[in-house]
Amino acid sequence: MSLWKVAWRSIQQRVLASGLTAFSMGLGVALVVTVLVIHGVVSQTFKRGATGYDLIIGGKGGSKLDLVLNTVFHLGDPLHNIPYQYFEDLQQGNLSNEVKLSVPLAERSMGLLQRADLVSKAVELAIPVCLGHDYQGCPAVATTPDFFEKLTYYYKGKDVHYQFREGKNFQDEKGSEYDAVLGATAARKTGLKLGDTFRPVAKSQSEYGKHEDPEFKIVGILEPTGTANDRAIFMNIEGFWRCPAHAKAAAGDAAEGSEHEEHADHEDHAGHDHTGHHHALHREVSAILVCYDKSMPQLYTALPEVVNKYTAAQAVEPSREIFRFLNGIVGNVQLLLLILAVLVVVVAGIGIMVSMYNSMSDRRHDIAIMRALGARRSTVMLIILFESILLALGGGALGVALGHGLIAVLGPTIAEQTGVVVNPWDFQPVELMLIPGLVILASLVGYLPAMYAYKTDVAKSLMAGT
Amino acid sequence: MANHDILILKNLKKSYRQPDGSELRILDIPAYRVSQGEQVVLIGESGCGKTTLLHVIAGISRPTEGKVRIDDFDLTLMTEPEVDRFRAERIGYVFQTFNLLTGFTALENVLLAMRFARGRPDKTRAKKLLDRVGLSHRLTHRPTMLSVGEQQRVAVARALANRPKLLLADEPTANVDAGNQQAILDLIRQTSQEENVALMLVTHSHEVADQFPRVDRLTEFNLAISG
Ligand SMILES: Nc1ncnc2c1ncn2[C@@H]1O[C@H](COP(=O)(O)OP(=O)(O)O)[C@@H](O)[C@H]1O
Ligand SMILES: [Mg+2]
Repeated sequence: MSLWKVAWRSIQQRVLASGLTAFSMGLGVALVVTVLVIHGVVSQTFKRGATGYDLIIGGKGGSKLDLVLNTVFHLGDPLHNIPYQYFEDLQQGNLSNEVKLSVPLAERSMGLLQRADLVSKAVELAIPVCLGHDYQGCPAVATTPDFFEKLTYYYKGKDVHYQFREGKNFQDEKGSEYDAVLGATAARKTGLKLGDTFRPVAKSQSEYGKHEDPEFKIVGILEPTGTANDRAIFMNIEGFWRCPAHAKAAAGDAAEGSEHEEHADHEDHAGHDHTGHHHALHREVSAILVCYDKSMPQLYTALPEVVNKYTAAQAVEPSREIFRFLNGIVGNVQLLLLILAVLVVVVAGIGIMVSMYNSMSDRRHDIAIMRALGARRSTVMLIILFESILLALGGGALGVALGHGLIAVLGPTIAEQTGVVVNPWDFQPVELMLIPGLVILASLVGYLPAMYAYKTDVAKSLMAGT
Repeated sequence: MANHDILILKNLKKSYRQPDGSELRILDIPAYRVSQGEQVVLIGESGCGKTTLLHVIAGISRPTEGKVRIDDFDLTLMTEPEVDRFRAERIGYVFQTFNLLTGFTALENVLLAMRFARGRPDKTRAKKLLDRVGLSHRLTHRPTMLSVGEQQRVAVARALANRPKLLLADEPTANVDAGNQQAILDLIRQTSQEENVALMLVTHSHEVADQFPRVDRLTEFNLAISG
């Protein structure tokens, strides 16, 4: 019979007190686990969402973080739009056109214009997106077929391509303009199926589905990706631009008199009229997703610098911004929560100490008998320490189960509200730290009752018993 | 071999320091011997120091002065862990009451004694001993489910578990109902003989003492050796 079993027997002998102390330990550990898992999942989701492209170029009117939250996570209100021409200039290596629009003639050098055209060579792939619409609470994002054909996302340690569970991607061809694709969560939430139609609505508008708006038809449903895109509906940008809703919103933006238009006034920009005689439609985009040309790393810092300093748009490296965000506000809030949760665990540990210490006078006789049978002082001390460790680890195991159970219960709500998909059975490696942590805590709180056992006067205790 | 001394006490003194600072002398024994396999009864008034003497012999308390030799080992020269180990391996002890560990079954109480002696717990021997004391049908009973007499029987089996050289029994039948007293006394004497263990049994009852070939009287701190 091992000393562990002896310790387990004394736990069984005081079922209620042991159960309660282990349970309070379980609650503390459940809190720690919840904080850890949510932290792990949140940071993973944010990091995961950031991959697939290297740079976001979008309008001003909000912080870089706003732009990232908007574009990557479909959270918050979109910033100002930028003209479609910006997208074309970027893609065709004509970023100097945009510099001309922003920088007054007097301050503009040949060198700067050449540099602007040069840095846009860093762009290997640019994909426009239009944000700010939704359908039944799901963000409706307008983009090009490239989004699903050329972008990848990060899943289980690899960059993988989007897969269609049903149907296919929308196409860049006539007749496909009003096609749309559903993310996995959006499909579940909206109940839309292949062939169904819907009308996206601008977030700023209150009514759904104006009659004059065209309907989009679902042609594909994506496999779950674990990214915020699961919540979204993706529309072909060609059809979106034809929507009166977009036209109206875009016209509103223009009327606000963005810097873009102001500077444009100073320019002779024949053939560069955004409001439109070149394009039959009023085209604007909320953001451009950029993948760098892997052969031009020397331009990676120059491109965002030129965009930010000399054009009407702003450029953000999403991974860097998310990293900053996680380490800043999110990190600190979670650290605070973690400290509180650890304090709860420590208090539960003190509960174990008090409960065990109170039981020691009842156990003096048993300890004396063990000693009389030849158990050493250190042996009876070890039995008490083992008991404390068993209580803490048992409570800890309960807490891990409770914590993950809590996440399982809260998960759907978190996913619905934030798009962060929390898998309750996603065990975080840090959770393993609980084992040595709890053993150390249990040894510390078990020390006082264990010392009591160590110091028990066998002769006196035996005489008191008879 | 037959007259080999299993226990030798020499100039043994034990006194307690009282709360007022003065010394309370309990034991003062110039010389005392028990030989291998011998059965000795120790009779004395309540409070004369019988339990104290057994504690000193078992190494549970240290003598204030003098020597305790058991099986040629001097307990007073050993460190405490050594004494603990020695007690586990060579001394069996039966208390007056509440012998058993409350959280454990009869069988587990015997196995634990083996565990503390660092021997490999021998389940077969444990069961055999419990069978010998008439408890083969009570192996998995906890102490609370056993009568006082049955608890004392388990204690006897447990005391013999590690094949000790010396069995100390401190008024083992004092709390047992009258009908069982003689049976338990007989059991202790018979099993000690079977296991070739020297028995030192303490009592304040002349009825019990009269059955032993050797009766020693403890009075006024001293141990008078009779018979
Ligand atoms: N730890 C102690 N401190 C002081 N006096 C003690 C202590 N233990 C026992 N005594 C005293 O020693 C005497 C002998 O006790 P004990 O050995 O239990 O007697 P018996 O077993 O013969 O009844 C008693 O008077 C008791 O009060
Ligand atoms: Mg006594």
